[in-house]
Amino acid sequence: MTRDVNDPFAPFTAGRTNMDRRYIPQRWQDRGGREGMMRGESLPRAAAPLLGFGRLLRRYGFPVAPEQVSSFMQAVTLLGPRSMADIRQAALATLAPPPDRRDEFEAHFQSHFYGNTAAVVEGDSDEETRIKDDGGTSEEENEVIRQEEGGELSSGVEQLCTRDFQRDGDGLAAFRRKLAAALPTRRSFRTVRTHSRGKLDLRRSLREIVSADGDVPSPLLRRRQTVPRKLLLLIDVSGSMKLHTSDYLKLAHAAVQGGGRAEIFTFGTRLTRITGALRIRDRDQALARAAAQVDDWDGGTRMGPTLLAFLSVPRFSAFARGAAVVILSDALERGDHAELETAMRRLSGRAFRLSLATPLAGDPRFRPKTAALRVILPVLDDLVDGSSVKNLTGFILSLARPAPAAEAIWKRVS
Amino acid sequence: MPEANAETVATSPEAVASGLAASRYLADESLSTAIFLAIRLGKPLLLEGAPGVGKTEAAKAIAELLGRELVRLQCYEGIDAAHALYEWNYQRQLLAIRHAGDHEIDIYDDRFLIARPLLQVLNAPEERVLLVDEIDRSDHEFEALLLEFLSDFQISIPERGTIRATAQPIVILTSNRTRELAEALRRRCVYHWITYPDAAREAEIIMLRAGDVAEATARAVAAAVQSIRARPLAKPPGIAEVVEWANAATILEKGGSPWPEAFRRAIGVLIKDEEDLSYIAPELSRIVEEALA
Repeated sequence: MTRDVNDPFAPFTAGRTNMDRRYIPQRWQDRGGREGMMRGESLPRAAAPLLGFGRLLRRYGFPVAPEQVSSFMQAVTLLGPRSMADIRQAALATLAPPPDRRDEFEAHFQSHFYGNTAAVVEGDSDEETRIKDDGGTSEEENEVIRQEEGGELSSGVEQLCTRDFQRDGDGLAAFRRKLAAALPTRRSFRTVRTHSRGKLDLRRSLREIVSADGDVPSPLLRRRQTVPRKLLLLIDVSGSMKLHTSDYLKLAHAAVQGGGRAEIFTFGTRLTRITGALRIRDRDQALARAAAQVDDWDGGTRMGPTLLAFLSVPRFSAFARGAAVVILSDALERGDHAELETAMRRLSGRAFRLSLATPLAGDPRFRPKTAALRVILPVLDDLVDGSSVKNLTGFILSLARPAPAAEAIWKRVS
Repeated sequence: MPEANAETVATSPEAVASGLAASRYLADESLSTAIFLAIRLGKPLLLEGAPGVGKTEAAKAIAELLGRELVRLQCYEGIDAAHALYEWNYQRQLLAIRHAGDHEIDIYDDRFLIARPLLQVLNAPEERVLLVDEIDRSDHEFEALLLEFLSDFQISIPERGTIRATAQPIVILTSNRTRELAEALRRRCVYHWITYPDAAREAEIIMLRAGDVAEATARAVAAAVQSIRARPLAKPPGIAEVVEWANAATILEKGGSPWPEAFRRAIGVLIKDEEDLSYIAPELSRIVEEALA
């Protein structure tokens, strides 16, 4: 094989014969051998950029397993590689970047393999509502090492923390404990064994009979399981809700921590999923992380377009299906509210129960008279007071109990 | 050796693409690369994408390419081992016990075992391709079960012992991404995100799949659909619907409707959501005229 000096793949192709032997897909029976390849000492130098790319991605929070890096290198070898495009395809197929972070992935690829650092993506178009998903950040990754200070000082800090905990007057700790049991339920398609009130479990009964050699013992029963419905909180973080957003986020944290399956999104001019951040147990840390993810604090509201954006992502709209959806917003939509109406109608079609909690309703003189509220009132199941955490927790814990439709209640009042 | 067979079919991504085209499936470069890698690396292939972009069709085409039978496991909430792995035919076992009388009888014989898709594939990995369809519909319990199956390719039946595959089976998983799959599952697979095809490729697909549609019609349909998908619809039309639309419009045209009119009247096969229909209706004639131009 002649080496072409101008060939950018010379380092790859030169080592080919050597690499081929080492990297041919192993017969799957002896998969134990693969791990050994990851050890640095036996790798050809040309493979270093490929390894480095895996490390780079990991640094930027892409979940990349060692196993994936090794199949990335195998894939590159299998494909030739005849061009840079082959390496890119191999990276896409084996390192599996989540589709919503694809642009970011491309930028890292450009900067790593072409040295093109300018290719960082921040294409901001005003037309489309920007959607951000924090993906699966887990608590383990975010473990903060607590600084240990000198004896006296540290005990002082300790004291403060305890007091803070006990000052939890808004009842969030109690809310957290009660939530899982208080959510509305549905019947699952999985069944549980039961001793009474069930249908005949033919499979298990027959199995029992066969193992008893044809004797018929008492039949075994099964019943469909009841599982809590999902809780979806959509939190308005626009300027007009400034006073309440921090309370709402604390509530959201308690809801996520309370077990069950809560999903939390914030919206203003953009839509951000913060469920992952709120899974961190420590409240301050979780809120700080969530706050860092949201880009549109205290801005304007584009409630209709952001909710439509929410519905247009299949994965997100699946959260709303059969869920108890609570929107925490004042619903002060600027401009045209036709989009808001469409979005709310679609949401209510998917949701088990659609509620709007507005802080404005804390005022006894409040009536749903704004144009936006008037059009969405017919599709709402509840329109309640969201001015205090206490009211809100009380309301969320009562979601399982039936209540008259929002329109009926507010007609009576006005 | 059939494993060699798979490798001789998949010699390069281009060979895979042309093989798929022979089974009437047009794959773009990155999809054929992903399929090539999945076959050669011996890993499952995970296809994700919006509904109607041709994920299941891709699996069918791969099975045809390899000359193997496709075994499909459709996932749903509550699917469990008895539906995916194996089940004993208890009724037959009971009858056999009765009939046997005093004779010795093995009630865990092959004839009492009902093989479900995963076991079927294990029994003949070189003749079958496993398609686990819409895995996002199943629940976490089933995902864990599948994860175990995909890593070891073996099933333990307490009465019979462990059944192992004699060769690495080819497995394709599809997901509509209505929920996030476990990271472990993504990691174990070769991954590909299928998007809607561009106008030129979609026109080719229409030509290939529809009965007799003129090339100009196919191009116009593809262009119109590109612009329809760019709008915020609740359910953007999938490829199958687009092919149907081209077919329907051609039939109407032969029945005497002029062109733009035929497209407008056949819209019911393309868009199947009342709200979307009323949203698109005022703009439809403009879209179609632009596409025809």
